[in-house]
Amino acid sequence: MSTPALEAVDLVKTYPAGRKNPPLRALDGLTFSVPEGVVLGLLGPNGAGKSTTVKILTTLSRADAGTARVAGYDVNRSQDQVRRSIGYVPQKSSSDPMATGVENLVLSGRIYGLSRREAVRRATELLERFDLTDAGGRQVKTYSGGMQRKLDVALGLVHRPQVLFLDEPTTGLDPEARADLWSEVGRLSGDEGLTVLLTTHYLEEADRLADQLAIVDHGKIVAEGTPEALKAELRGDSVHVELVDPDIDGSVRTLLAGLSGVGEIVVEGNVLRARVDHGATAVPAVLGALEDKAIPVTAVTVSRPSLDDVYLRYTGRSFREASLEGEAA
Amino acid sequence: MATVIQRRTGFLGHTLFITGRWLRAQYRQPALIAFTLIQPAIWLLLFGQLFKGVVNIPGFSDPSYIAFLTPGIVMMTALMNSGWSGTTFIADMERGVMDRLLASPVSRGGLMAGQLVSNATTTLIQTILVFAIGVAAGARYDGGVAGYAVTVVASMLVGTAFGSLSNAVALLTRQQEALIGIFQFVSLPLTFMSSIMIDPKVAPHWVNVAARFNPVDWATIAAREALSATPDWSSVTRHSTYLLAFTLFVAWLSTRAFHTYQRSV
Repeated sequence: MSTPALEAVDLVKTYPAGRKNPPLRALDGLTFSVPEGVVLGLLGPNGAGKSTTVKILTTLSRADAGTARVAGYDVNRSQDQVRRSIGYVPQKSSSDPMATGVENLVLSGRIYGLSRREAVRRATELLERFDLTDAGGRQVKTYSGGMQRKLDVALGLVHRPQVLFLDEPTTGLDPEARADLWSEVGRLSGDEGLTVLLTTHYLEEADRLADQLAIVDHGKIVAEGTPEALKAELRGDSVHVELVDPDIDGSVRTLLAGLSGVGEIVVEGNVLRARVDHGATAVPAVLGALEDKAIPVTAVTVSRPSLDDVYLRYTGRSFREASLEGEAA
Repeated sequence: MATVIQRRTGFLGHTLFITGRWLRAQYRQPALIAFTLIQPAIWLLLFGQLFKGVVNIPGFSDPSYIAFLTPGIVMMTALMNSGWSGTTFIADMERGVMDRLLASPVSRGGLMAGQLVSNATTTLIQTILVFAIGVAAGARYDGGVAGYAVTVVASMLVGTAFGSLSNAVALLTRQQEALIGIFQFVSLPLTFMSSIMIDPKVAPHWVNVAARFNPVDWATIAAREALSATPDWSSVTRHSTYLLAFTLFVAWLSTRAFHTYQRSV
């Protein structure tokens, strides 16, 4: 295989203590690489280190240790070449609200050295592609959230970058706008060998858009692979049991751990998750055991492994729990 | 892989594009334009009336207060207007605009200079307007074209210096409230510890001492001197040089502030 489009080796980044915050180790030896033309999804809750990774790879921030190469260029030594090779769509909208869609795109094109004519042609092309042609002459402040986000992606593509960074592209969008953006991003990957690094804290988004997934937890990659491969590694099925009362003393866990074919039990509040060899045969056994001990149950579900289960497997907590933790931090 | 059709565009090109962006944003805000033009007019007429009597204090050098005040109000306007400059940077940081630009090959100097050129354009228009009102109100100057030219250049330097300072504070604090607070804290002393409104001959000694270190006062002295019938050109040159040096220094400082901003993201 040729040189990877993106390569990060042992990135470490610590934010110094602020007035309110203790020092934070945002990246703790993060390593990954992405071949050309692949959409890599960095999946993790808020605070896992995804945005920090993107900021280092886009030359906005510097790592304390480790190396990173983008399109073959070192992010510290060849900042200018890196900047010319990438498109960056930040988490927050990156268009100028006082300017029109066309003006935003043309200014960006001019900055990258396109002639006025080339820039206008490229702007027209991109507006058409993102279905914004009618809005192109209007100031961005009149756009809906979904339209602004599409313009942001277009802004990242003006200069035909080799690598596109999408930092949380659909956060804050309504479901319809999200679905719309997903189909736009889905079409990018086939594009001219474009490599995409996508960060997300939506499992569904990662599953849908990423060719390759890297799960980030506490500043490290804990698992890597295609969504299918990651799910296939988990044998059997997942069982979720909702209890009426939380399993405070761990007796339910002990009880189920004793059953054959049941493993990897995780309890969070009154939800118990376990991995079973055969969902169909495990459910009667689990319910029978709980009934013998007179433990009331609200619901039981069996499912094929999902990314949530993959996440649980590698981080020891469910994605929802980790997200709450990230928000509290 | 499609050919990358990028050419190198340097500081000047980027300055031009960024200037265009800000000028366009300004003319799309007619209310803002109205305010930036009406405010100096009000100051000139209000202070012109309010302090009219100071010319009667023994020792006041100029018999016409409006003629004395007009160059001062020009500098005060340049200062007040440019202090807001950084708020546009903060708006860019609050959105993702600043991050997108900093991840692009845009010249950092061009990013700063483009905004300052647009700022200086506003200052130029305000200066002309203030003079128009001053002259309409009876101010007369013997200094001729050279006097007006010095005044215009000095006011644009004040605008550029305090505009870059405002941008630097914006990059360092990243908070509208902090920027506005700091600016309010410094703008009034800069205005009143100077010869903008009062002839130093009738001001307390300590004010004159403080004024010696005040860039806004350097500009006011240079302008007033150049506009007078018999300018002391050595004083004009000296004060203009101080002002230019100060402007270059803060412009350099503000471009450095980009690095500090980037270290903290």
